[in-house]
Amino acid sequence: MGILDSKVPSGPLADKWTKHKNDIDLVNPANKRNIDIIVVGTGLAGGSAAATLAELGYNVKTFCYQDSPRRAHSIAAQGGVNAAKNYQGDGDSVYRLFYDTVKGGDYRSREGNVYRLAEVSTNIIDQCVAQGVPFAREYGGLLDNRSFGGVLVSRTFYAKGQTGQQLLLGAYAAMNRQIQRGKIKSYTRHEMLDVVLVDGKARGIIARDLVTGEIERHSGHAVVLATGGYGNLFYLSTYCMGANVMAAWKAHKRGAFFANPCFTQIHPTCIPVSGEHQSKLTLMSESLRNDGRIWVPKRLEDAKAIREGKLKPTQLKEEDRDYYLERRYPAFGNLVPRDVASRAAKERCDAGFGVNKTGEAVYLDFEAAIMRYGKEKAYTSGLKDPDKNTVRKLGKEVVEAKYGNLFQMYEKIVDQNPYETPMMIYPAVHYTMGGLWVDYNLQTTIPGCYAAGEANFSDHGANRLGASALMQGLADGYFVLPYTIGDYLSNDIRTGTIPTDSPEFDAAEQNVRERIQKLMSGKGLHSVDYYHKLLGKIMWNKCGMSRNAQDLKDAMKEIAELRVDFWENVKVTGEPDAKNQELEKAGRVADFLELGELFAKDALDRNESCGGHFREEYQTPEGEALRDDENYKYVSAWEYVGDPKDAKLHKEELTYENIQVKTRSYK
Amino acid sequence: MKISLKIWRQKNAASKGKMVDYSLNGVEPDMSFLEMLDVLNESLIEKGEEPVEFDHDCREGICGTCSLMINGRAHGPDRFITVCQLHMRSFNDGDTITIEPWRAKAFPVIKDLIVDRTAFDRIQQAGGYISVNTSGRPVDANAIPIEKENADASFNAATCIGCGACVAACKNASAMLFTSAKVSQFALLPQGQVEATERVQNMVRQMDLEGFGNCTNTGACEVECPKGISLENIARMNREYYSASLKG
Repeated sequence: MGILDSKVPSGPLADKWTKHKNDIDLVNPANKRNIDIIVVGTGLAGGSAAATLAELGYNVKTFCYQDSPRRAHSIAAQGGVNAAKNYQGDGDSVYRLFYDTVKGGDYRSREGNVYRLAEVSTNIIDQCVAQGVPFAREYGGLLDNRSFGGVLVSRTFYAKGQTGQQLLLGAYAAMNRQIQRGKIKSYTRHEMLDVVLVDGKARGIIARDLVTGEIERHSGHAVVLATGGYGNLFYLSTYCMGANVMAAWKAHKRGAFFANPCFTQIHPTCIPVSGEHQSKLTLMSESLRNDGRIWVPKRLEDAKAIREGKLKPTQLKEEDRDYYLERRYPAFGNLVPRDVASRAAKERCDAGFGVNKTGEAVYLDFEAAIMRYGKEKAYTSGLKDPDKNTVRKLGKEVVEAKYGNLFQMYEKIVDQNPYETPMMIYPAVHYTMGGLWVDYNLQTTIPGCYAAGEANFSDHGANRLGASALMQGLADGYFVLPYTIGDYLSNDIRTGTIPTDSPEFDAAEQNVRERIQKLMSGKGLHSVDYYHKLLGKIMWNKCGMSRNAQDLKDAMKEIAELRVDFWENVKVTGEPDAKNQELEKAGRVADFLELGELFAKDALDRNESCGGHFREEYQTPEGEALRDDENYKYVSAWEYVGDPKDAKLHKEELTYENIQVKTRSYK
Repeated sequence: MKISLKIWRQKNAASKGKMVDYSLNGVEPDMSFLEMLDVLNESLIEKGEEPVEFDHDCREGICGTCSLMINGRAHGPDRFITVCQLHMRSFNDGDTITIEPWRAKAFPVIKDLIVDRTAFDRIQQAGGYISVNTSGRPVDANAIPIEKENADASFNAATCIGCGACVAACKNASAMLFTSAKVSQFALLPQGQVEATERVQNMVRQMDLEGFGNCTNTGACEVECPKGISLENIARMNREYYSASLKG
């Protein structure tokens, strides 16, 4: 298939990674000192990659738009990190984690990559514990686990509801050690505005110092993009405000194929939208579905009364509640995968059973868990015949120990106490499975340009399972990329420092300057946020939880029109050569206005429903997703040819040799 | 709600700043404090004025980016939250709200309400880590059992988000709570023992070099810390520091 060679090594699945590591070229330690690597993005994937590359001896430059690498949005991941440790002795194994991930991804991920991910998952936990990451432990002093959606074992390691924070601070600490040694030079409050190609290879970047506005040139022998996902395309999402697609999109425009852009994860348990002023959405960890039961009223009139404030959820009797996930999916119940849970919530709300003012919310109820834990605790504390209040009090303590920070967060935002009344939740954009196409070495279609973590596409197929993002970020950064990149860099040991005064750097810088100038010279009719919000509405309404051909065609047209309007009429205040948050936002929104069109085109091309991509035309009589393995068992990798609507499709056919492709069922 | 605002405006690090008055209509109680500022900024942009720049990112209280002194208090009137988690329901119609950046010599203003907190990064770089190679294959995670009580205390210290509220709240602009949280996280774990002596000495040295003040145990830091990091950590760091000094 020419350039779409996934480079997955031959041989038995379980031996591929070991064999590959033995086969690839290495760079000797003395030569690593002569090689420079640029890492853009310092979240879990970028931070861990930078630390490991520096430790191996390469000279690393890191770039992040935040004021410190410690603030990357990996920090907000709540629930946990998966690893096939089988500490619980519940039958877990590398194969089972691999199997769950491929099945969870609705058979649209690459077998070889996923198996490697499962294989190195166990190293992650060893590594993090050695670094002093304080995971939750049992009274015996050993590590505790919990369960996540779409699986039947307990393999998720966690640190209360702050697992991402603790893992990121671990990677940040590893980076700090290398910064102190002089092996990493960290550029904070810097944004990459373009990637520079010399002789067809990625050899550097153009960056903007966000404090001074200065445009800078940085060269390296390879460029690693670990810049996260593009969910802010939807305006409202659980992403941080600054998350953007700029680095990946610039690489795309320079020749990196963009894979499966329409595979977006809509997370089922987020705090519902409260009004027009809303700037972002907040996730309530999936781990809550271990103990929370999801329901709406059985009767429409009860739902209406609740919406009007005439009835309280706690007044509704057990038999008047519809625990719709337990009803529809008895085997997995409240722990079905995210795409299934999200669609089920939308289905109930669309049918009129929503429980908040806007009609777009369902309940997540902890009453049963509180009473169950309370009884257990009373029993182990030797209390005989405790009254209901004592049980509830003890149960609350257990729930607080597990999810205290999440409950507090909920209460602060919604102004309701979730220990007393059920939480209200609704799906929201949370993660993007699509991203830059990479081969087994995590190299994009631009030689020397790599993508790691959420920025690449390979491991989660059409739907990511909970607690797998942290796993993938760290697997890519600590254990995969630092080795596979050596294969490429082994050809560069005699290259010497890449000069930044070449015509290629001149041209790239010139482009960047012109673009900034153009952004600053709109007619000044509307603010950047105005356009971002409009784009978000198109995306959510026409490319969101369910899609159809007509809406997607409309979306493509509307986005293209909005893009023209934006470039003509946007208002960017301030100066280009100073700190200017409006200019930062404008550059990011301009990219989203291109990506959005490609997103819709990709969704339109995929005439099937799979994972997070649900096409209304393709569903079973029960409303489940209807996959088409005959025609769509491929990765859509899009080549940029000048306009998003003209992007050229390249297919990477997916083959499954070690897993039987089946209809995904969680019944 | 109608709100009056007094906001610190400063063009850049070199220029002199001043308080500027604004008034804002149509504020809703369900808005977050930062969403209220978004609305203000949209209105300023419409008038062709430069919006107020402030640091923010995750808007869910975990990244530690947002950093405002609101009516003289770090992260505003409510406890155990960051500014982004503060909602306008904590204020009343007609209130005047004063908004300033973090005030500390070691945190110079970059623009308006944004300050430079890289001093915190340099303290971490001085020793806030365990020197274990990421590329090696360490021992199995469960080979080191850790008493739950210590693991939990270590976790509590590790939840510091590095926002700098402790420094902003302290009359001495001391960074003891921040530094001690990291020292404590490792002091409470067996993995952290090997480098304990050097770690505390190097981190404290860097903290002093950055120009943070001394601790006089007033406890303002603990009160304003959005994550409830305890003063006990400072006591623990002092103990670590003295025992390190004795070892030399």
